[in-house]
Amino acid sequence: MLEWIRQLGRSGISQFETLGRANLFLLKTLVGLPGLLRRPGLLVTQLWSVGVLSLLIIVVSGLFVGMVLGLQGYNTLVDFGAEESLGVAVALSIVRELGPVVTALLFAGRAGSALAAEIGLMKATEQLSGMEMMAVDPIHRVIAPRFLAGFISMPLLAAIFSAVGIYGGYFVGVGLLGVDDGAYWSQMQDKVDLFDDVLNGVIKSLVFGWVVTWIAVFEGYDAVPTSEGVSRATTRTVVYAALAVLGLDFVLTALMFGD
Amino acid sequence: MKSNKTTELMVGMFIAAGAAALFVLAMRVSNLSSFSTGDTYHLTARFENVGGLKVRSAVTVGGVNVGRVTGIDYDSERFQAVVSLEVENRYNRFPEDTAAAIYTAGLLGEQYVALEPGGSEEVLKDGSQIELTQSALVLEKLVSKFLFEKAAEGEKK
Repeated sequence: MLEWIRQLGRSGISQFETLGRANLFLLKTLVGLPGLLRRPGLLVTQLWSVGVLSLLIIVVSGLFVGMVLGLQGYNTLVDFGAEESLGVAVALSIVRELGPVVTALLFAGRAGSALAAEIGLMKATEQLSGMEMMAVDPIHRVIAPRFLAGFISMPLLAAIFSAVGIYGGYFVGVGLLGVDDGAYWSQMQDKVDLFDDVLNGVIKSLVFGWVVTWIAVFEGYDAVPTSEGVSRATTRTVVYAALAVLGLDFVLTALMFGD
Repeated sequence: MKSNKTTELMVGMFIAAGAAALFVLAMRVSNLSSFSTGDTYHLTARFENVGGLKVRSAVTVGGVNVGRVTGIDYDSERFQAVVSLEVENRYNRFPEDTAAAIYTAGLLGEQYVALEPGGSEEVLKDGSQIELTQSALVLEKLVSKFLFEKAAEGEKK
């Protein structure tokens, strides 16, 4: 019994230690960010691998999510004779919710796992210690550009997802199901507010970008330097990032639209 | 990794695509496109009951959007609601005896202020008050009135 309680305490302490390390790590990363001004090339390379390479999955998912929303929304709305409101339904659900959240989940799977695995392998093959031997701070050189690239890419990807999704809904609703073209856009413009809806969606995607990238780079950096440790770090990145995104989404939605 | 120039080009295109998507969301999807950029002038109107009218509701004339509701206040001396309207300057030739009414767009739609021009020679100026107003219809009042009338008819017979 006593042993069991001691074990509980030990795991609690180690959880808190991890949390503390993650925060100190974030602080060091933020301190390392200004150094990137002297080496923009590092950032561009990371924007390529984090942002540009995620573009395909984001565009395709956005298109299909928008098309499904168009179909589902039409089938529900047509019962009330309100199929003209399809544009509002598609735009609000994508801009407020699905755009930031689905993009963040895909981003965690596509870019977050890659970041964690890359950094974890660097640690396992002692490249990070090698850098320290040469008096190069791996946090400045390796972590900071990746963190900033994720933070920049995520809102851009979410915006692309939302725009493509709304055109996907347009394609199904107006092109296939015969909703009026003018009504689709004009009702949307009437009901979607720039600050309340679009800007809040952008804020959500900024927060998600921050959290997902932070979890990914930290899990990679904190990984046990073995092949098993790297695989665990990758798994944990995707799981923790998805949970964090969904939990934060509820909090942010309650703050923004809860009133 | 591709060569450095290709990488930079692709990253540039990625950032441009993201900015373009934000632009589309702002201009095409949201209500930014319907913001009036021109100058406006101020009118007030007093109503017995504004129903579900909200700030930023539309002001229309003959179905055309000419302005927005900018404020709804309660005058506790005259027990009336005071609605402030901003109307675009290019629509500045409304006669003085223009009437304002609160209508509902469709059965479940939002409420808006409809102006109906009168026949006076004088025009409404900045800060004028619209004298002829018609309150919003309150469904409960309407239903109860209808029921009482039915009941009264029944008693006569």
